[in-house]
Amino acid sequence: MSTISPTTQAVPNSALDKPRTGTWDGGNEPFNASYGKLMMWFFLLSDAFTFAAFLTTYGLIRHRYLAYVGSPEAFEFSSAYWPIPEKVFNSFPGLHGVNLPLAFVALMTMILIFSSVTMVLAVEAGHRFDKKDVQKWLLWTILFGTIFVSCQAWEWSHFIGGTDEGTLMNDGTRFFGANLAMNQYGPVLFADLFFFITGFHGTHVFSGICLLVYCFIATTNGTFEKRGHYEMVEKIGLYWHFVDLVWVFVFTFFYLV
Amino acid sequence: MAHHAPHPVNAGEIAKPNTAWIWKTFWIITGITMLEFAIAFIMPSSTLRNSIFIILTIFKAFFIVANFMHLKDETKGLIWTIMIPMSLLIWLLIALITEGNAIHNAIF
Repeated sequence: MSTISPTTQAVPNSALDKPRTGTWDGGNEPFNASYGKLMMWFFLLSDAFTFAAFLTTYGLIRHRYLAYVGSPEAFEFSSAYWPIPEKVFNSFPGLHGVNLPLAFVALMTMILIFSSVTMVLAVEAGHRFDKKDVQKWLLWTILFGTIFVSCQAWEWSHFIGGTDEGTLMNDGTRFFGANLAMNQYGPVLFADLFFFITGFHGTHVFSGICLLVYCFIATTNGTFEKRGHYEMVEKIGLYWHFVDLVWVFVFTFFYLV
Repeated sequence: MAHHAPHPVNAGEIAKPNTAWIWKTFWIITGITMLEFAIAFIMPSSTLRNSIFIILTIFKAFFIVANFMHLKDETKGLIWTIMIPMSLLIWLLIALITEGNAIHNAIF
């Protein structure tokens, strides 16, 4: 009782009680955003650079090769020039041998855009503290995200497996599908870029689904309700919209241009 | 769904959902995607077609970032903090495409 360190008494209590709130003491929030949200924005900025590097590399390599000249009807696979996407991506699950250029990738794009809508609906429900609606929209988002990743798995397996005819290679053998060293569609780097760009994006979607599952469990347990805000749904929502945004660019630069 | 169920913490009514703007944004993005898809088949491949694709993609990106990610509701400082570094990518794109063309000319 009597052996209190003298230093604790030397500082007047009034100086310790108040947190410093001056402009240069951290009392000022110029962006008016929470730490977590701000850091999510900066992470997404860095991630945007990664994807931009991938897509710009695609542009560089594409310009380095010859472009196909001639009518799309007369197009044949060859490693002499860059393939046109509507001839590579023209199949649809369950419709074997039917020429449906870009139909499947258009469907995938719509699924991902729709998952972005259900995500923003979940964020909106979080603002209203409507736990049931948050759960409902998170489940829809998880469903559409999972469908998208499954579609991508089909697309990959079809790309790797190749067409029925395959392509006659320089050494006189027929090659079907694609791997990192050889492919039937065009230059080796075409398949490499396909695997890297769509694979990296698919990994992002998968991580997003894991985060959304966490979000759903935490919402169900009432974690965010007790915390007094659904900001975690907002932050994960930012990530999810970003993944959708990247796909919009992948769709344009890989499948349309 | 039970919109009017009393909230255990707020103990008040849950506000009505305000989602009209979300669906409006969705239809705009869907419309642009359909347009892109149509152009891919109507127009022959050219620099003009690629420019149209890139412009339409930037439109879509604007609607996703501004509305879905709520960037338009953030402070000006945060908006510029995100947008200024992104503008460096335009330079990256121009530099590397030029580089690709230079390699092409050296080979063929």
